[in-house]
Amino acid sequence: MLFKTASSPHITQKNSIQALMFKVLLAMIPGTIAMIIFFGWGVLINIIIASVVALLAETLMLWIRKRPIKPYITDGSALLTACLLALALPQLAPWWLTVIGTLFAIVVAKHLYGGLGFNPFNPAMVGYVVVIISFPREMTQWVPPLLDTYTQLNFTETLSIIFGGDLPLTYTWDAITMATPLDTVKTQLGLELSIKEIEHHTIYGPMFGSVGGFGWEWVNGLFLATGLYLALKGIIDWRIPAGLIAALLILSNTFALYDYASFTPPSFHLFSGGIMLAAFFIATDPVTAATTTKGRWLYGAGIGIFIFIIRTWGAYPDGIAFAVILMNMAAPLLDYYTMPRAFGHSWTEFPHHHKVDDDE
Amino acid sequence: MSILVAIITLTVISTIFGVLLGYTSVKFHVEGDPIVDKIDALLPQTQCGQCTYPGCRPYAEAITSGEAGINQCPPGGEATMLALSDLLGIEPVALDEEHADEPQKTVVYIDEQICIGCTLCIQACPVDAILGAAKQMHTIIENECTGCDLCIPPCPVDCIHIKTVKPEQDTWRWSLPASTETAPKA
Amino acid sequence: MTRSSQQLWHFHGGLKLDSNKAMSTRTPIIKASLPERLVLPVQQHIGEAGQLLVKVGDKVLKGQAVTESSEYISAPVHAPTSGTVVEIGEFPTPHPSGLNTLCIVIESDGEDEWIELKPTLYPNTKSPSELRQLIRQAGIVGLGGAAFPTSVKVNPGPKAHIETLIINGVECEPYISCDDMLMREYAEELISGCSIIQYIVSATHCLIAIEDNKPEAIQAIKTVIKEKALHTIEVVCIPTLYPTGGEKQLIKVLTHKEVPSDGFPSDIGLLVQNVGTAVAVHKAIVLGEPLISRIVTITGNGVQQPQNIEVLIGTLISELIKQSGGYHEDASKLIMGGPMMGFTLQTDHLPVIKGSNCILVENTQAEAPATMPCIRCSACATVCPAQLLPQQLYWMASSKKFDLIQDYHLFDCIECGCCAQVCPSQIPLVQYYRFAKTEIWNQERDKIKSDHARVRHDFRQARLDKEKKERAEKLRKKKELLEKKKMAETAAKKEDTETEIDPKKSAIEAAMKRVQKKKEAKLASDENVNEK
Ligand code: SF4
Ligand code: SF4
Repeated sequence: MLFKTASSPHITQKNSIQALMFKVLLAMIPGTIAMIIFFGWGVLINIIIASVVALLAETLMLWIRKRPIKPYITDGSALLTACLLALALPQLAPWWLTVIGTLFAIVVAKHLYGGLGFNPFNPAMVGYVVVIISFPREMTQWVPPLLDTYTQLNFTETLSIIFGGDLPLTYTWDAITMATPLDTVKTQLGLELSIKEIEHHTIYGPMFGSVGGFGWEWVNGLFLATGLYLALKGIIDWRIPAGLIAALLILSNTFALYDYASFTPPSFHLFSGGIMLAAFFIATDPVTAATTTKGRWLYGAGIGIFIFIIRTWGAYPDGIAFAVILMNMAAPLLDYYTMPRAFGHSWTEFPHHHKVDDDE
Repeated sequence: MSILVAIITLTVISTIFGVLLGYTSVKFHVEGDPIVDKIDALLPQTQCGQCTYPGCRPYAEAITSGEAGINQCPPGGEATMLALSDLLGIEPVALDEEHADEPQKTVVYIDEQICIGCTLCIQACPVDAILGAAKQMHTIIENECTGCDLCIPPCPVDCIHIKTVKPEQDTWRWSLPASTETAPKA
Repeated sequence: MTRSSQQLWHFHGGLKLDSNKAMSTRTPIIKASLPERLVLPVQQHIGEAGQLLVKVGDKVLKGQAVTESSEYISAPVHAPTSGTVVEIGEFPTPHPSGLNTLCIVIESDGEDEWIELKPTLYPNTKSPSELRQLIRQAGIVGLGGAAFPTSVKVNPGPKAHIETLIINGVECEPYISCDDMLMREYAEELISGCSIIQYIVSATHCLIAIEDNKPEAIQAIKTVIKEKALHTIEVVCIPTLYPTGGEKQLIKVLTHKEVPSDGFPSDIGLLVQNVGTAVAVHKAIVLGEPLISRIVTITGNGVQQPQNIEVLIGTLISELIKQSGGYHEDASKLIMGGPMMGFTLQTDHLPVIKGSNCILVENTQAEAPATMPCIRCSACATVCPAQLLPQQLYWMASSKKFDLIQDYHLFDCIECGCCAQVCPSQIPLVQYYRFAKTEIWNQERDKIKSDHARVRHDFRQARLDKEKKERAEKLRKKKELLEKKKMAETAAKKEDTETEIDPKKSAIEAAMKRVQKKKEAKLASDENVNEK
């Protein structure tokens, strides 16, 4: 009798990319539901458009690249990219905007760089950056969170806006969309209002809620909760969100203490925009993040710093996508210089030390 | 006026750098030409001449002078080509179709029944791996044989044969796992 | 001295695995029945193979040495039972390659008759070096799996001072339970062996490290220590975590010290021995018995009766499976060693060797899952007990960057398999490292060979040059000689011509004389005629 041969280990193992990705996707559900509640059906429609396009594009690219389709299409990575992108887009963004962003993410940012595992930049963020640079106007079509003063669109109305581009007769764009709290702060600060004045403004005031913007608080809170659970389970690396949040906290705190009137408080920074989504779900994409322990701290912190800089001084209201992409670029370098000390070796004998010796 | 300043500045800068470059080239001058040695060290020393040069060192010299490519050594195979490309900082070159597979290690042996003791093979062996004297049976020291096969053509009675070196437990090698996705070509 | 509050440390990474040991510890160790045929590989240890002491047809007694070696790092092999050497040749032995090596085949005569044994009842009456010699003659090698000659290991050199002897009873791999059972049933012999090794290396104390999932073993040994009132030997219970049984990992856990990458435990005053080895040392010294048997765990879901068997070295695995109730019909994989570090065997017609601790029969039918690309998740680096970057090693191995990979400390990898076990992409990482290691060794061998060939070629070239020069010299000399000769000849010729001229002259002269004479004679006759 001849037995099968294989290299050790011989224990069937349960980890798989698929399990990993689907756990992350599951963890996104509560936050997503909150977003649907606060921002309307557009969230769901975006997710559906993006997912369908992503899966089709993925299949097509795998076929063109002559890769086995089944294992890759079921690994959940394309779906995750689609969902992250969809959540980052405005709810009433026209369908073609979502399609372009998704196509760019999957075709260019992922497959042209070699597909799963080889893309240097976070595909969802690349897709986002492409659309925000190309279509700045459409990218402001955020629905205000469930507020009395604004009208909530129903599903069919949302559909017709997204696909037809036309508004139901009774509405005007101004009535159904508005700037996000982050946008508002930026504009109003530009108009020489102080943070306090903005927060108590008759029009803008209500949207700030109690910490980070009405609705946004809930969304961020839920993403934080499920994100912490993922981190606890070791599904995502906790150091990246920790570094990101710590950096953002320290920076915003320092500046707010320094000038309370013109810098938003840390609580606002942490609970507005997509910070928790970014910290726990976007920045933790393993493919594009740093891989060493120390590198991951630095990587997270770097994103936090860039977010703060772009929010405070940059031209875009929320700089998550740019911050993530900038740190993606730095990841290989971070890895190289934060290599751990191997067992039984001293700190001084590192590969890059060797390299220097070699080159001399 | 400003153009004059620009010209002067550029001149000064280029002079400084020129001096610096000159100084470093003198200061860090490398003696001799160890590159031939380095190349030679990477070659398998089969001395078989299959690279079209009369031995490993001549081939190393030919590579150095740019006359020969780095993919002409069949016994070294891909490993040698890659090592050379690494050493010389040039792009790897594909081996010829027929040498693309990893070279099989071989040695030769003499059919001692047939050998007539002509000593012709001894004269052909580049590493003195053949023992024998005129009119005496010859034999090959297997450990010394590089498998260059240079002794085969001179033998008037065709008594030298090739045999592949059998893998043994302590020289056996694990194979590269076959993976569905190929690693990035580095 | 009680150090029950022994502080413990952690090594980086590691995995909690299902131990699956219970299935083979339900019954006590049984003794395998005497096989008819034993296949003894000549080399069962790290180091040099010994020379044969027997030939086909020889009768051997149980415990008789059949090989010997003058090399330092080597261990002899002994006949496990009495009988006749029926064959000496190449047979397959347990090795990942499945290749053959030189083996001695002994046919048992059923008598199982011992050679005359020389027990040393009081080891303390002998000097450490005498005891080391005895250990060497008994052919003892590390029984934990590495099979490094023990006589070498217990001789750390004159400079090293061994403070602590660590006895490794950790057995961290799932399924394997031979050390566990050995500790339960041979506790006394184990303690005796520990004392002997402790005496040989003059270690001040001895720690017996056992994982906390073996309470029976811990109890058994503690009882013996208490009975004998030994104060320098202590049992340390350590948390179950794979791979604590690795020598370097165990040292880290017990002492917080790290064995330098290029060094040995003896460099930091430690010596680690496996429990099985300690028992073997006891047998070798106190009973005088060489290493001819060992305890092997037969286990896994593919075998009917998982159990531990004491078997003679050289017994075929198929024999052991038969004595364990045979295979389940769905048995699919035969592994020598544990599931994490063991290697698969193609057939069961292979002998048990000194380093075989476990035969694991699996029944997993599922095809190996498709390997996906690395997603750089670093799960591998998180669990790597050697604190390496398995992912980087994987990239470099797959692109054959054999220089760079050594800068990333490939050779510190202990092939524990943790990284491959957690990799979500199911990449067979360890195989990549084994591939790279064996390739690098091969390149090194080639390098030595090619350097050797270069020397010989250069030597030959030099010789040919010399010969050429000599020939040229000879030729020149010959020519010179010839020239001289020629010159001499020409000189001689000249003389000759001179002398030739002379003879000519003389000839002419002579002729002239003759002519003269004739003339004179004629004249005279003429005168005579005239006178007449
Ligand atoms: S097999 Fe090697 S690289 Fe992988 S975890 Fe073990 S020691 Fe680290
Ligand atoms: S565990 Fe596997 S997928 Fe993750 S970094 Fe390591 S090799 Fe890559």
